Amino acid sequence: MKFLKSFGQFWYDFIIGDDWKIAVAVVLGLTVLLGVMKADVLGDHALAVVGGIVLVVFFAISLAIDVRPTRPKR
Amino acid sequence: MTAATWGLLIAVFVACFVEMVEATTIVMAMGFTRSWRSALAGTGAAIGALAVVTTIAGYALTTWLPESALQLAIGGLLLIFGLQWLRKAILRSSGRKAIHDEDQIYRDEVEAARLAGQPATGIDMFSFMVSFKGVFLEGMEVVFIVITFGLNADNIPAACVGAAAAIIIVLIIATLARRPLSMIPENLLKYGVGLLLASFGTYWAVEGTGIFRAGRESIEWPGKDAIILALIVIWYLLSRAFVAVLRVPASPTTAPTPARAAQEV
Repeated sequence: MKFLKSFGQFWYDFIIGDDWKIAVAVVLGLTVLLGVMKADVLGDHALAVVGGIVLVVFFAISLAIDVRPTRPKR
Repeated sequence: MTAATWGLLIAVFVACFVEMVEATTIVMAMGFTRSWRSALAGTGAAIGALAVVTTIAGYALTTWLPESALQLAIGGLLLIFGLQWLRKAILRSSGRKAIHDEDQIYRDEVEAARLAGQPATGIDMFSFMVSFKGVFLEGMEVVFIVITFGLNADNIPAACVGAAAAIIIVLIIATLARRPLSMIPENLLKYGVGLLLASFGTYWAVEGTGIFRAGRESIEWPGKDAIILALIVIWYLLSRAFVAVLRVPASPTTAPTPARAAQEV
């Protein structure tokens, strides 16, 4: 059990790292691209460009969450 | 050589260079303060483990995954790695995160070695394990980059050449300097690697999303491979825009020193 926990922790640290928001941003970005692709309204080139833009937008959102001002604790 | 091959060589070389500097700092701290024999044994064991992982992962990826699935899996992971590096570079350049400092890391490792007590005779397990863990963890990212870039460019040998060149150069510098490699502009290099990984990751992850449509064909970018250069420029300009927007005004106590300013991008 301890080995499995260490093994899982290693891969979590390796892939997710110290900021889970980046991994979430990438997964959400690709999910949106998948949705647009399934709607079947765009050609390949337009799909690729939309995919790039969506990934940038989600990255920007994750950064914004990172640097948002936090309320001082009472 | 094509633009893709140059991109492959440069990305692998710089990524491997940065990771090697970090691993070397840890091994040097163990070697100078406790036991060179145990530190080098730990390093050798980690390199052996990395070789096994590389062989198994390389075989599994090429044998079992269709091309678009490979692009999606490794493109997605490269994108995560690249954006993590880019995020740190943006936060460092805008003054919201401390600059990566090999001298400080060296001092921390030396302090940890001191607290671990006197080294045992024979193999010192503390030096062995710290060196093993440091080299294995830093090496895993290099292995991943070598495999993914090499497979996608269909040029594993070029990726290996880039990685080997970086390892040899870092070892030469470390042997000559005999101190932490803080003279290397690591933050600048990490920024560059972040840009390359994010750009290649964007390219492959978007292509690979085609695995989910009928026929499982990759999504085709306009301009094919050449778009990667445009993606590098776009991610660079965006990162500079983020730095400009997020920049924290320097206070008298946090004003950058000349050395720190030189490392900022």
